[in-house]
Amino acid sequence: MHFEYTILDNDFANAGAASSSIKKILKQLNIDAKKIKRVVIAVYEAEVNAIAHANGGTIYVDIDDKGIEVTIKDSGPGIADLDLAMQVGYSTASQKVREMGFGAGMGLPNIKNNVDLLDIKTEVGVGTQIKMVVNF
Amino acid sequence: MKIGEIAALLDATCILGEERRDEEVIYGFASDLMSDVLTLTQEGILLITGLCNIQTIRTAEMANIQFILFARNKQITKDMLTLAEQENMVLLQTRYSLFKTSGILYQAGLKSVY
Repeated sequence: MHFEYTILDNDFANAGAASSSIKKILKQLNIDAKKIKRVVIAVYEAEVNAIAHANGGTIYVDIDDKGIEVTIKDSGPGIADLDLAMQVGYSTASQKVREMGFGAGMGLPNIKNNVDLLDIKTEVGVGTQIKMVVNF
Repeated sequence: MKIGEIAALLDATCILGEERRDEEVIYGFASDLMSDVLTLTQEGILLITGLCNIQTIRTAEMANIQFILFARNKQITKDMLTLAEQENMVLLQTRYSLFKTSGILYQAGLKSVY
């Protein structure tokens, strides 16, 4: 099963719309509720990141009986120091992002805690690609 | 603790889900930081927050939280209400501060997550 979602630049009002859709699909597939929660929390944090830092992007979702793979690609500024970005508390978020209840430097660590595989490819000035896998 | 009991203790208004006053929550979690809310693994949580925007509802949806209490008389917008209705949530509103709200509920026996 393959799905794609577009995340628009600065579209905070719709942050979470893709995660919400994925949650409903996984529920229909009768996936374990704890697994669904792990998937949607990781995707939601990644969605917020794409809106907050990267002018939006595209989400590619593949589901089979073994698990779900979600890849989020953006053409944003890239992450200059990935090790630093993975640390809890490090953030480059704007005031706007903080007003939305995010921007405390917990996004990437939260993603890591909820997935079975996380692969981040990033290049300054080119963009970032985050691949996440949760096994069922 | 029953939702109706919580509303009475805080002189709170039920904005959505009045018919679910007899349902119970086990834990209270007070935060304006949504990433913190997304770390919770327990079920049966009442989210107590001063953050009043669409992401509060979205975060609750992702974290499987059905009960949200807005402190300091924060006004719930129409888009928040629409999404909360769609997700079958209960929304409460009190004029008390986050601190006072949490203190009253903790004293009354609502459990802390951490």
